[in-house]
Amino acid sequence: MGAWIMAGVTFREAARKKVLWMALAAGAAFLSLFATGLYFQLKDLRPHTNLILERQGVSALLMVGLYAVDLMAVVMSVLTSVDTLSGELASGTIQAVATKPISRWELLLGKWLGFVGMVTAYVALMVGGITGLTYLLSLHSLGGVLPHHLLRGASLIWLECVLMLSLTFRMGASFSTLTNGVVVLGLHGIAFIGGWIEQAAALTNSPRALNVGIAASLIMPSEALWRRAVFEMQSPILNALGFSPFSAASVPSEYMILYACLYLTLTLALAVRRFSQRDL
Amino acid sequence: MDSSAIRTQGLRKVYGQKAAVRGLTLEVQRGEVFGFLGPNGAGKTTSMRMLLGLAAPSEGHARVLGRPAGDVAIRRKIGFLPEHFSFYDWLTATELLRFHGRLYGMSPADLRLRTPALLELVGLTAHAGKRLREFSKGMLQRIGLAQALLNDPELIFLDEPTSGLDPVGRRLVRDVIKAQRERGATVFLNSHLLSEVEITCDRVAFIKHGEVLETRDLRGVRGEAVRISMRARKLTEEAINGLSQWVSSVHLEGERLSFTIAGAEVVPEILRFLLGRGVDIYEVTPLRTSLEELFLQIVGTDGGL
Repeated sequence: MGAWIMAGVTFREAARKKVLWMALAAGAAFLSLFATGLYFQLKDLRPHTNLILERQGVSALLMVGLYAVDLMAVVMSVLTSVDTLSGELASGTIQAVATKPISRWELLLGKWLGFVGMVTAYVALMVGGITGLTYLLSLHSLGGVLPHHLLRGASLIWLECVLMLSLTFRMGASFSTLTNGVVVLGLHGIAFIGGWIEQAAALTNSPRALNVGIAASLIMPSEALWRRAVFEMQSPILNALGFSPFSAASVPSEYMILYACLYLTLTLALAVRRFSQRDL
Repeated sequence: MDSSAIRTQGLRKVYGQKAAVRGLTLEVQRGEVFGFLGPNGAGKTTSMRMLLGLAAPSEGHARVLGRPAGDVAIRRKIGFLPEHFSFYDWLTATELLRFHGRLYGMSPADLRLRTPALLELVGLTAHAGKRLREFSKGMLQRIGLAQALLNDPELIFLDEPTSGLDPVGRRLVRDVIKAQRERGATVFLNSHLLSEVEITCDRVAFIKHGEVLETRDLRGVRGEAVRISMRARKLTEEAINGLSQWVSSVHLEGERLSFTIAGAEVVPEILRFLLGRGVDIYEVTPLRTSLEELFLQIVGTDGGL
């Protein structure tokens, strides 16, 4: 019960923060820009164009858009939640709540759930927006372009955000706001570069470099989830094309998804443990 | 049931090399207003945080309302006003009370009645719909006091409750403490404002460097020596000598007679005795040691620095 009360107030708190509205405004600007670009691209379609190739082109553009959405969603997950524990610890506002009949784990999980709700809404809005716009704009000329497995892909993007969120909570239970942000985004950086190393290694057949990439994904599996999302959403033809951020030369396996889920759960459990033991 | 509201044994809190609280042993009875008195940095807030379960003791143990300190279920019966209360500044006063009330497990119907009553009590009725970001320090302290009373607590912790309050606000805190005592609640008050403690507390503990130096009962002068100063005329040698059965350290200077008695209960007898011997009495003043003097005696003038 206490967790739901906390989740409610946290969701409302996030909704009142400027950062969320700025993110949505930026998202809206991004969507309009994307739609305008796509609109002119399709408008200039000549009658004798190879439609299959054009479909692939639109599909590739959609993946670029989704890539941007993924990046924005990840950054938003971290930025909105980075201050929620450390900030309240520093200001002491947490004391008024922590002395109420609510367990520490309820307090933390409640806050986490509130942010999960917000991230879910954001991802749904942005992924839904960009795929919806692409579908509508391409409906007339190309019969509507959609990601291959939209729901799977969107779920993976969502999972990546929730993973970032959980890690931010874990670090927030120990560190100050700034340190927390640096550590979490730094880890994401490792995952990011690890992903590129892995793909490059797959193309150049360098198994040792590949292992370095995989090791990076084990340290931080966030980017691996995006690459799996690409694999799910992109048409099989584009997947075969190879080296780009929107293709997946070396596809993270189902085990990597499972690993990410375990990673997330463990991170959250450690956040609860740390928060329950520390002085407020 | 444990008759004491708070009972601690050798409570200790160490941060790195520094002991903020070293060996705190005290007992607070149910229904009393207990003052925790000491200079800044004496360990008052740290002690309170341990009693509330916000900080884990490095050593020793504490029981609050018969349960280990920090017990989640017992918090239903506890209210707490932190020093410098602040909360999510985007909530209105009413929303803040509703939120905390829900954490206490109060029903919406309960809260509909309780919220306006508490806002009235702390004088914020006119600001019920205002967001906390528009509140002054004093108003925040008032709404903090209201949230500490939401659940009609059996035990209330107040950490420097009058900080940031004007004289009217301070008066309000005093009245609230009095009302809570009359209701039968126990109040644990951290303060460095002696006058405030003197007026409101039943008992005080003097704390310095994380240790209780002394505990004093402020209710009456039970069993404590009192110095009496008297303005009288027609004092005879015989009358003064006759006082020796009750008093000691008699001193006479003009019309001013002063002496020490073992307890206030003998004052009427002394007066009857003197009047019976034809002495005219104009003034009788008990010279109680003020809390400030007591504080300086016990804690020392260095303020614990």
